[in-house]
Amino acid sequence: MYELNDVTKRYGNGRGSVDALAGVDLSIGDGEFVAIQGPTGQGKSTLLQLLGGMDRQTSGTVVYDGRELGALSEGQLTRLRAHDLGFVFQTFNLIPTLSSCENVETALVPLGVHGVERRRRAEEALAEVGLSHRAAHLPGELSGGEQQRTAIARALVKEPRVVLADEPTGNLDQETRDEIVGLLEELWTTHGVTLIVVTHDDLVAMRAPRRMRLEAGRVHEELPMGA
Amino acid sequence: MFFRYLARELRRRSKQALVVSLGLAVGIGLVVAVTAMATGVQQAQGTVLHSLYGVGTDITVTRSGTGGPPTGRFQVGAGSDRKRISRDQVLTSPGQASFDASEADTIAKLDGVAGGVGGLDLSLIHLNGKLPKISFPRQGAASAGAPTAQSSAVVTPGQLKVSTSSVAGIDTSNVSIGPLSATQLAQGRTFAPSDAKRDVAILDASFAKQKGLGVGDTITIGGTSFTIVGITSPSAQGAGSDIYLPLTRAQALAHAKGRINTVYVKATSSTTIATAKHAIMQADPNATVSTSSDLAKQVTGSLSSASNLASKLGSWLSIAALVTAVALATLLTLAAVGRRVREIGTLKAIGWRTRRVVGQVMGETLVLGLIGGAVGIGLGIAGAWIVTKVAPSLTATVSSAQGLVGPPGTGNPFSRTISVALHASVTPSLVATAVGLSLAGGAIAGLFGGWRAARMRPADAIRQVV
Repeated sequence: MYELNDVTKRYGNGRGSVDALAGVDLSIGDGEFVAIQGPTGQGKSTLLQLLGGMDRQTSGTVVYDGRELGALSEGQLTRLRAHDLGFVFQTFNLIPTLSSCENVETALVPLGVHGVERRRRAEEALAEVGLSHRAAHLPGELSGGEQQRTAIARALVKEPRVVLADEPTGNLDQETRDEIVGLLEELWTTHGVTLIVVTHDDLVAMRAPRRMRLEAGRVHEELPMGA
Repeated sequence: MFFRYLARELRRRSKQALVVSLGLAVGIGLVVAVTAMATGVQQAQGTVLHSLYGVGTDITVTRSGTGGPPTGRFQVGAGSDRKRISRDQVLTSPGQASFDASEADTIAKLDGVAGGVGGLDLSLIHLNGKLPKISFPRQGAASAGAPTAQSSAVVTPGQLKVSTSSVAGIDTSNVSIGPLSATQLAQGRTFAPSDAKRDVAILDASFAKQKGLGVGDTITIGGTSFTIVGITSPSAQGAGSDIYLPLTRAQALAHAKGRINTVYVKATSSTTIATAKHAIMQADPNATVSTSSDLAKQVTGSLSSASNLASKLGSWLSIAALVTAVALATLLTLAAVGRRVREIGTLKAIGWRTRRVVGQVMGETLVLGLIGGAVGIGLGIAGAWIVTKVAPSLTATVSSAQGLVGPPGTGNPFSRTISVALHASVTPSLVATAVGLSLAGGAIAGLFGGWRAARMRPADAIRQVV
């Protein structure tokens, strides 16, 4: 699914520049569940942005499904994000003025799904994350866990090939955290998506069959537990 | 999704939306009210000009010069009672020379001219009252250039009444051009070609009322009895002449046979007025040729003050208000978009195209613009209504000393003052303009906000977190 080759990402230029990624080589297969760990400010989010087609690398190649993302136009990247990629954010990033169901629908807008069909699919996705009863509520009326469930439904409703989650449990308490990780795991198995979770939480990372650490802009593969 | 999202977003920042729409509303309201007032002033100006020269008259031709010599004399007949006097004196308008009536036919044949009729404007000074015991200085009155002044110098005030009325000699062959076309027939009939040599008169309604005369009565002018065939009312108060006579009869009164002092010209169309004016000036270099737009410039009085107020102060004020409102709307929109960095970044991250996001932002400001426009039009109409209700009627003074024609008005033969009501009028095209302006205002704010939104990146959805 992903082939990264000597990827660097430099912010700023001259003496004040920072290398967020300093030569990342990485290969992620179709349908994998990968956890990327590492201390804050070591390039985790940068890596996720490159994988998500939201930013471009300074050098090296990021190949997704045979396509070099750095060579695609903005429009092509936008289409790729709309069709293939689902995002789950630490801060949920729901539109505060739209109801839970409408928030899920926003993901179908760029796909040209309209009206009844869009609502039906959004309701289905909400049912899958167990939030049918809260469909008409605004994000402000939902608990953190419910908001993140809505966000997961929004990521899944388009039937993506990849779900990218950025610290999905960072803003949740212990109990809710387990609930959300459990849900992601369940969806990974049932939908067969490639799930890439960036987290600094060991307990979350434990659930992933494959874990890697990002430190000083480089990726280190970790051996599976008990191996 | 577009409208729902738009409506919710506006409701979320309803206070700001209110400020933006109200700001635009005030700007648009001022534009509407000021323009309505300016239109009203323009219409009032049109009324004034029409009332002076008739709806059908595009150009007037006069010649400047000293007025004709007094043609009547204050004579006290030998057989009359020396203590009572009732005499008329007829004189042509001061500042205007009379010329041959054939001029009208010459002008009528020129390029761009559809028709031209001659007219003779006269002042009638009527003396009525008791003479004092001191005998009237016959010699002095006969040689006096200004008989009014002369007679008042001699006669003790209160004993002798001097009244002035205006007489217009009308070419009865064509009453669609010239002074009579500015009036509306209230009673009786207007002149017909067959009236040319008859002793008939048409009276202004207020003059007739003042004199207690009606259709069928007779009025004696300079010793001739005229039968009143019609009563007219002018299109504006103070406009028009008091008495209208067939041209030949007026000429006879003034002892000016075959003479006229004004030619009323109708151009073939509004676009040929300039051509016609040029042709007339070439044909007769001595003539003073005035078009209605020339005349508009020479109108003074509160009407021209209102016109200046509306066109200068008013338009600057409304432009300033509109610019301020749009600037305010733009700043508030930029601030609002700036606060939505993560929201817009998220939408882009999940695949919304920049165009759609910009459209969403612009949609919001356009709706605010429309609301502002609707409220503004309401404010403007209310403002225009108040102006119409409160505004005193405007007066316009047209000076004939500047070479302008015009039948001399009552009281002052040198200029005339006309009073018209101001009707600030809101036209459909003005409403359309207001809607256009409000949409433009919304679009400008939206373009800035959209530009800001377009520059946001999908990565902003995450960047905020780090």
